[in-house]
Amino acid sequence: MTSTNNRHISRRNFLKVSATGGAVLFSVCIPGLRGAATLEAANGVFEPNVWVKIGADDSTTITLSMLEMGQGVMTSMPMLVAEELDLDWNKVKTVWAPADPRYGNPNFGGAQLTAGSNSVRGMWKLLREAGASARSMLITAAAQTWNVPENTCTTDKGEVIHAASNRRLRYGALVDKAAVVPVPKTVSLKSPKDFKIAGKSLPRLDIPEKVNGTAGFGLDVQRPGMLIARVVRCPVFGGKVASFNADKAKALPGVRNVVKISSGIAVVADNYWAASKGVEALVVTWDEGPLKTLNSADIMKKYVALAEQPGKVARNDGDAPAALKSNAKSFERSFELPFLAHATMEPMNCTADVRANSCDVWVPTQGQTASHEAAMAASGLKADAVSIHTTYLGGGFGRRGEADFVTDAVETSKAVGKPVKVVWTREDDMQHDYYRPVTYLKMSGALDASGKPTVFMQRIVQQSLLKKLGSLPPDGVDRISVDGSATLPYDIPNIRVEYTETDPGIPYGFWRSVGCSVQGYVVEAFIDEMAKAAGKDPYQFRRDLLGKQPRHRAVLDLVAEKSGWTKPLPAGRGRGIAMMEAFGSILAQVAEVSVTNNAVKVHKVWCAVDCGWVINPDTVKAQMEGGTLFGLTAALKGEITIQNGRVVQRHFNDYPVIRHNEAPEVEVHLVSSMETPGGIGEPSTAIAAGALVNAVAAVTGKRIYKLPIRLA
Amino acid sequence: MISLTVNGKQYNVDVAPDTPLLWVIRDAVGLTGTKFGCGLQQCGACTVHLDGAAIRSCGYAVSSVGTKKVTTIEGLSPTSNHPLQQAWVAEQVPQCGYCQSGQIMSAAALLAKTPKPTDAEIDTAMNGNICRCGTYQRIRSAIHRAAAAPGGGK
Repeated sequence: MTSTNNRHISRRNFLKVSATGGAVLFSVCIPGLRGAATLEAANGVFEPNVWVKIGADDSTTITLSMLEMGQGVMTSMPMLVAEELDLDWNKVKTVWAPADPRYGNPNFGGAQLTAGSNSVRGMWKLLREAGASARSMLITAAAQTWNVPENTCTTDKGEVIHAASNRRLRYGALVDKAAVVPVPKTVSLKSPKDFKIAGKSLPRLDIPEKVNGTAGFGLDVQRPGMLIARVVRCPVFGGKVASFNADKAKALPGVRNVVKISSGIAVVADNYWAASKGVEALVVTWDEGPLKTLNSADIMKKYVALAEQPGKVARNDGDAPAALKSNAKSFERSFELPFLAHATMEPMNCTADVRANSCDVWVPTQGQTASHEAAMAASGLKADAVSIHTTYLGGGFGRRGEADFVTDAVETSKAVGKPVKVVWTREDDMQHDYYRPVTYLKMSGALDASGKPTVFMQRIVQQSLLKKLGSLPPDGVDRISVDGSATLPYDIPNIRVEYTETDPGIPYGFWRSVGCSVQGYVVEAFIDEMAKAAGKDPYQFRRDLLGKQPRHRAVLDLVAEKSGWTKPLPAGRGRGIAMMEAFGSILAQVAEVSVTNNAVKVHKVWCAVDCGWVINPDTVKAQMEGGTLFGLTAALKGEITIQNGRVVQRHFNDYPVIRHNEAPEVEVHLVSSMETPGGIGEPSTAIAAGALVNAVAAVTGKRIYKLPIRLA
Repeated sequence: MISLTVNGKQYNVDVAPDTPLLWVIRDAVGLTGTKFGCGLQQCGACTVHLDGAAIRSCGYAVSSVGTKKVTTIEGLSPTSNHPLQQAWVAEQVPQCGYCQSGQIMSAAALLAKTPKPTDAEIDTAMNGNICRCGTYQRIRSAIHRAAAAPGGGK
């Protein structure tokens, strides 16, 4: 099996996770947990597994495999280990894992990938077992020292305690003995009600560095003798270099080299400014290829036509087509969503140092495994000759799960024989993204005479992420695309969801909340319109359909209560409600808006979430706040358009995002829950547009069938 | 050679005179807390102080700096203890953190002029600073917190 296939399998496992509403898979053997015991016993270090290392001086190092892009994993992951190991949290230090299968995420088949809201979901059991196993070995060591039964020993804040004799031993004092204790075959985990560390809003470990400029991002990487490169790419997707003339560019001061790489032409210079001048002086003739006349309107026209044909069936409860004909009130609506860019604050970049027998890569990536594979392919070196050094990520949102920037840097460094940092400009980043796919959906629904919904039908036309990763399954359904519709929680007797795959050739990829970024809007806008047609309150209408879903109903009730759903609103304001299950969490939102001169102002958003037992409540709140704004930005402003095969938008002026003056307060409420943890990085992005468009409809009477919202 | 003062230290740098101050700070002076986000003064990640006023260093040629004093995030407080930095930690503001140097520098320039800013004054002063993670409400709380701290809104 090639390494590329490994990555595909990783992503497929992710799909199983989201398609089953967040069931966590633990079928994969993780070698890391049982591997490293006793390796460093002689050095006064206790290293019972690849995740934790305790020194004789009590210094405790926890290895991080999930990468930090703002979602708080640098703190929540070690909290899981510290909880079971009863560590003194103040002594905990962290290091980033290298690219190494021993650090894989079980939800990705053992690949190292921080995506799909899978850090806690994929890692919690593994990391807690790692902590519990280390604790058990330290207890054995202490019990042997004191010659007392193990079950009379307890642990707290980095010490083993024998209460009966009032004796204590620091973990550091036990490292040599613990290191020779066999790794236990099984361990028991604490009940969440006994947590001492998890469940607390401990301050995030990365924040002090992020307020004084010392946090190291990819763009901050400095290497001795390093050059800076910018890459000029064909503006038309699928185009390539026909010819180029670098004479003028090479003559400029500071420009060292101009080389052709697979993505275009790299201008290599002493610094960024010299590289930029070199880019301006470069003359390239492009072979623009077959997409050079493609426009967004052509793409949508094709999608609309495809939606007239039956798709592959993703869910089929009852007999929806028949029920549609026999019901009192039926209606059909269509929805359109655009391509979206990720627009991370830190543009794509990567630093590589390729030598004859080694390749070192410093990269802000979501996927060590994918970066490792890309660097191996581009350098021609074997796995153990290629080292991936990760940094903080200045935003990820799915974009940094790709590895095109790694290929850029490795190819360029290899070509010039020096360490090279490839820096993308904002324009490069905006125009050469892997976009959230453009989407067209046809929705049909029906109500019986009493106003009860009897039919929910969806036909969705979208590029397939599964196909990008390998292939569609035999049933032809991309479960990512129907994540949120095929998984509809509402009790409706006739449900039919169909998927149609197509590909206009524009690069597409994973974008924060992925398929749910479409469904959170479309499903909830449609359900809201059904409520209106039934003459029912949209909260009560949903509530009535959740009789078999107590967790969903509790979340919906909580958001209604906290938002004062039944209370009157100030004049000119409207409220919208929406709910969904996404990434294993259940959440609901209420948005309050006003509309003046066709401009939507979001005054406040209330968010209730049940994401199971919580590791760090403040991190969950922060993700709900930020994710909501990410979703609102997309719904209010986000659109990438294609003209003549190229992206029209270039900067933050034509791809605007919410700024300070437009940002509503997001008030978050967590449901106290002992359920298995769900994901928190993405769900609020998915649902934000749903609550928003329903609020706009409430205040203007206009239903929104196309994003971004344009009322004029 | 161009001479400039950054965080109280004088540097002589060998760069093209039209080089944006941002790249001089990052590539020549070697202080990387000031970030590149857009290069067009649209995102604010590159915000520094020039004689105390917030400017976008990505659009400011180094030759225009002259004798004006440049302050970056690294020079805001020698002990990372500026009331805003403390407030940023207390409110747990940053997520990815990439924009936060610029946010803090814009907020510091605001508080220096307007010790107790209203929400509207915060909007005006901070609107040039984008945060894709959506930390705006925590930034607002942190600015109010710093303004209320003893000696905060100096």
